[in-house]
Amino acid sequence: MRSKSAVTLAGVSALALYSSMAVGSKYNLPEPQSVIAKDIYDQHILLLWICLVIFIGVFGVMFYSVLKHRKSLGYKAANFHHSTAVEIIWTVIPCLILVVMAYPATKTVIAMKDTSSPDMTIKATGYQWMWGYDYLQGEGEGISFYSKLSTPRAQVENKAPKGENYLLEVDNRVVVPVGKKVRVILTANDVIHAWWVPALGIKQDAVPGFIRDTWFTADKPGIYRGQCAELCGKDHGFMPIVVEAMEAGEYSKWVAAQSASAVKTSMHVEK
Amino acid sequence: MAAVHGDAHGHEHDDHHPSGIMRWITTTNHKDIGTMYLWFSFAMFLTGGTLALGIRAELFQPGIQILQPELFNQFTTLHGLIMVFGAIMPAFVGFANWQVPLMIGAPDMAFARMNNWSFWLLIPAATLLVSSFFVPGGAAAGGWTFYPPLSTQGGLGVDLMIFAVHILGASSIMGSINIITTILNMRAPGMTLMKMPMFVWTWLITAYLLVLVMPVLAGTVTMLLTDRHFGTSFFNAAGGGDPVMFQHIFWFFGHPEVYIMILPSFGIVSEVIPTFSRKPLFGYSSMVYATASIAILSCVVWAHHMFTAGMPTVGQLFFMYATMLIAVPTGVKVFNWTATMWRGSMTFETPMLFAIGFIFLFVIGGFSGVICAIVPIDIQVQDTYYVIAHFHYVLVSGSLFALFAGAYYWIPKWTGRMYNETLGKTHFWLSMFFFNLTFFVQHFLGLAGMPRRIPDYNLQFADFNMISSIGAFGFGLTQLLFLYVMINCIRSGEKAPQKPWDGATTLEWTHLPTPAPYHSFEKPPVVQ
Repeated sequence: MRSKSAVTLAGVSALALYSSMAVGSKYNLPEPQSVIAKDIYDQHILLLWICLVIFIGVFGVMFYSVLKHRKSLGYKAANFHHSTAVEIIWTVIPCLILVVMAYPATKTVIAMKDTSSPDMTIKATGYQWMWGYDYLQGEGEGISFYSKLSTPRAQVENKAPKGENYLLEVDNRVVVPVGKKVRVILTANDVIHAWWVPALGIKQDAVPGFIRDTWFTADKPGIYRGQCAELCGKDHGFMPIVVEAMEAGEYSKWVAAQSASAVKTSMHVEK
Repeated sequence: MAAVHGDAHGHEHDDHHPSGIMRWITTTNHKDIGTMYLWFSFAMFLTGGTLALGIRAELFQPGIQILQPELFNQFTTLHGLIMVFGAIMPAFVGFANWQVPLMIGAPDMAFARMNNWSFWLLIPAATLLVSSFFVPGGAAAGGWTFYPPLSTQGGLGVDLMIFAVHILGASSIMGSINIITTILNMRAPGMTLMKMPMFVWTWLITAYLLVLVMPVLAGTVTMLLTDRHFGTSFFNAAGGGDPVMFQHIFWFFGHPEVYIMILPSFGIVSEVIPTFSRKPLFGYSSMVYATASIAILSCVVWAHHMFTAGMPTVGQLFFMYATMLIAVPTGVKVFNWTATMWRGSMTFETPMLFAIGFIFLFVIGGFSGVICAIVPIDIQVQDTYYVIAHFHYVLVSGSLFALFAGAYYWIPKWTGRMYNETLGKTHFWLSMFFFNLTFFVQHFLGLAGMPRRIPDYNLQFADFNMISSIGAFGFGLTQLLFLYVMINCIRSGEKAPQKPWDGATTLEWTHLPTPAPYHSFEKPPVVQ
């Protein structure tokens, strides 16, 4: 019996080690960079642990039975087949577990949907196959540009070595200041697209003819990469989203530079 | 009821049916039709599987190698459509055709001629789907969910798909009406509803779901068709429509649809587990109620597929709570199966292995389902490989494993011959290994941020995609072993006794010889 509990203990700790490795690895949700992303990350880990405990409980019983209650060991079948008490117990307990899961989720949903009083507003428009951005309100108002995949075609066709940000790099990044509540308004020009930046915990469909909104606040300066998450045709896999979060001072410089070049561009267009 | 019953026996059972191909074209025999359904669905399974291998071959390495993006999208779209409508659903109808009359002591299905028609409709539908690859513009490429406006953009392939879906829907509705009528009117004397085998119960509930939602699907594809060709704007904002309305209507069909594909598997597993545990099913009535609860709840959770489409806060919360609730009756089922096995006298023939494999992996799919139900987490994993992993855990190791369990379980009764147990077990263990190799890693790909339906990906996803592709090819090849086992059994298996499974208690084992005669239960058995 002792050797058996030692094996069980080893198994459980191996699983724990495995899952703690997943936490730090590139195969988990990316490191959260906003309040919402942090909530999501923590809830996912909480749920994983709850699921793991239930899993070990249920299959512990089942595999004990599989090992012990076999005909080949001469085990005679019992004949019980009903117990209302047991049925009630295993209906009520899962309900309680669900309440534990739903409570934090509800709080996060309410927080995610609160797009009121933003510091700045950016409109993102999905096109086949690129994004267009218009800074509608707040510092940088009036800035407007398209953002396209900048990975060279040769890399996709395996004629050149692939870079680190293969398929996750664009010509013009969406630049935002750190610590400011950014409301993103979404729409699309042709078909449905979805604007997704995992590290910021934000994904919202962009529906042609309609407006949707969502928000994020980047905690730290950095470059956060995402992709279109709704099938939008041939080049669905080739329209990434790159958000660059900057300190307030840097951001002001970027705005100034953009405004200068925007004047140039518009003159260029008119010519 | 009595009148219908008498009528069913008024038919003359003429044993001089045509031979050769005409036997199959004109047959009204539930066993012939069941067999055709099963072969058809297996052929579609291999077709859809080949498309899946095309997808996995392209994803083996980063970069575009084999399939250009447009063709890649056609592959993913048709893989989904063919597997759902061509493989899984007809396979369950095949099981219903064979097993429902045998298990309730009926001589045949209630509407024998309509039964023939519901099968033969599948052939033109499948032909339309497969041939759409060869029309100008290629097959539909908007995903198996064919959301407009993307599907409005497509070419002739989309129209062929719409007609195929119409025909498949008509076939499903007829099949369901037949099953409902058979179960309600043709049970053997003494078999009350609460004495029916679980497989029959799950199919009765499934058939009601089908009758409820298939017309909704037909409606929505018709609206898509008129948007494409007759100037309507149901799903076009420029004309006053709404693309998201399509998603609501589609998923009102689509979510019950996933339960249509899983409830009969619950039924098969609920037959197999007690048989090989040599112990009656634990909590029979709670199993019935759990199945009904799942079916009812499945009709009010559709928008959980659309948490990122934009919805009011209360909408998101309602659909999150309703979806989470489904975990309760599903959990009850798993607990009941475990309690059935507890203190049984178990043996582990191939059907039992597949049934246990089903429970084990289906529970993993159930857990990831609860995780996807949590709105904030779903915002991250929606439309990623996490979701792909989730629904393959419930559809492949769920529905498909249960179908395998059922095939191994009933093949002795159908053919009068035993399959090769060693090869059957090999099929199970190889399927188990390669299935997990293919799909377990996809959870991590999804969490790390790989969207679904993309033909090419960033280098950080490369290693797990390669593992997944290797697993997929292994899994695909393993299924050829299943084909071999079945053909080998039909051709040259050992003769099976009347009741090869000593724990079996349902009518087909206790009251019929093996193989079941062409016309069975001409006189209904009496159930105590």
